[in-house]
Amino acid sequence: MNPWYLLTLVGKDRPGIVAGVTSALYKEGANLGEASMVQLGGNFTIMVLAQYEGTTDELSKAILPVAKDFDLRLHVDPVLEPRHQASIPDVRITVYGADRAGIVAEVTTALAEAGLNILNLETDVGGAIYILIIEGTASQGIDALQKVLDNLAREKNLETRLSPIDTLIG
Amino acid sequence: MAIRDVLVYPDPRLKQISSPVTKFDSALQDFIRDLNDTMLAGPGCVGIAAPQVGHFERIVIVDLTSKPKNPNHGKLVLINPVIVESSGEKIGREGCLSVPDYTGNIVRAKNITLSAYDEEGNPQSYEMKGFEARVAQHEIDHLDGRLFLDRLVCRRSELFPRQNYAE
Repeated sequence: MNPWYLLTLVGKDRPGIVAGVTSALYKEGANLGEASMVQLGGNFTIMVLAQYEGTTDELSKAILPVAKDFDLRLHVDPVLEPRHQASIPDVRITVYGADRAGIVAEVTTALAEAGLNILNLETDVGGAIYILIIEGTASQGIDALQKVLDNLAREKNLETRLSPIDTLIG
Repeated sequence: MAIRDVLVYPDPRLKQISSPVTKFDSALQDFIRDLNDTMLAGPGCVGIAAPQVGHFERIVIVDLTSKPKNPNHGKLVLINPVIVESSGEKIGREGCLSVPDYTGNIVRAKNITLSAYDEEGNPQSYEMKGFEARVAQHEIDHLDGRLFLDRLVCRRSELFPRQNYAE
């Protein structure tokens, strides 16, 4: 079984980046795993898992030409747990409020203390609103998280919503 | 008791559209028993549809007896089910016996009114909400050759349009 790597590529957004990078990986014999590819503030960011028969250096060297073509910074890390099973989140938390510095830090610090392990966090800014959507696992139960969110709502003037994720299997 | 083999994606038969049940006979009762046994053998499984075991008739089982916190009708055998009304929408996470090792976020109607026949062939009508409504929609999709994979949504699409950052 070939080893897995995590490739990170970041640069100014332009059309064709995903096609160029993934075609180069395919040509080098790499097999892709999960990926996050998203435009952030005019940059395009790629984080992608890839299975490849060579070493970290060999993979870097193979992908460097396409990274240069698109002016992307490239970083390659070996993946430590190749057979890692993705955790299934059991709670979804939405927080929004008037945009100001510190919302993410305050919310995630309080939630971490109440046992939240974040699996996925996305934020958006819509005009003057800051929005935070988090999925994770509640290691100390959902009530502990609800209590923390109620405090945040009261003390920090944020709107918070917690919904348990009950995964349907059918 | 017989547990049947479950078809697993990418088996093309999962795309097949199932036909209505016309005979409520002992063969149907035997099949329903097997279908139920197969569902109970799936860990945490709350529903199953006939085509998942390669039987292409419009039969599903919805069984939330293991989820007492959600309002539900207990174990239901739904034959030739039709959703006659639906309202609201809610995002929820779904997995499937036929799609092992993957779960995804899916939008479903929050409330549905469903008509179906029971296993003796009597017409029934059910009002369902929340998790039970989700399970029924998931199973009825199987009868039309649809998997939850066909309804995956990107969470970002629910969000507000992004602010324009100055260059």
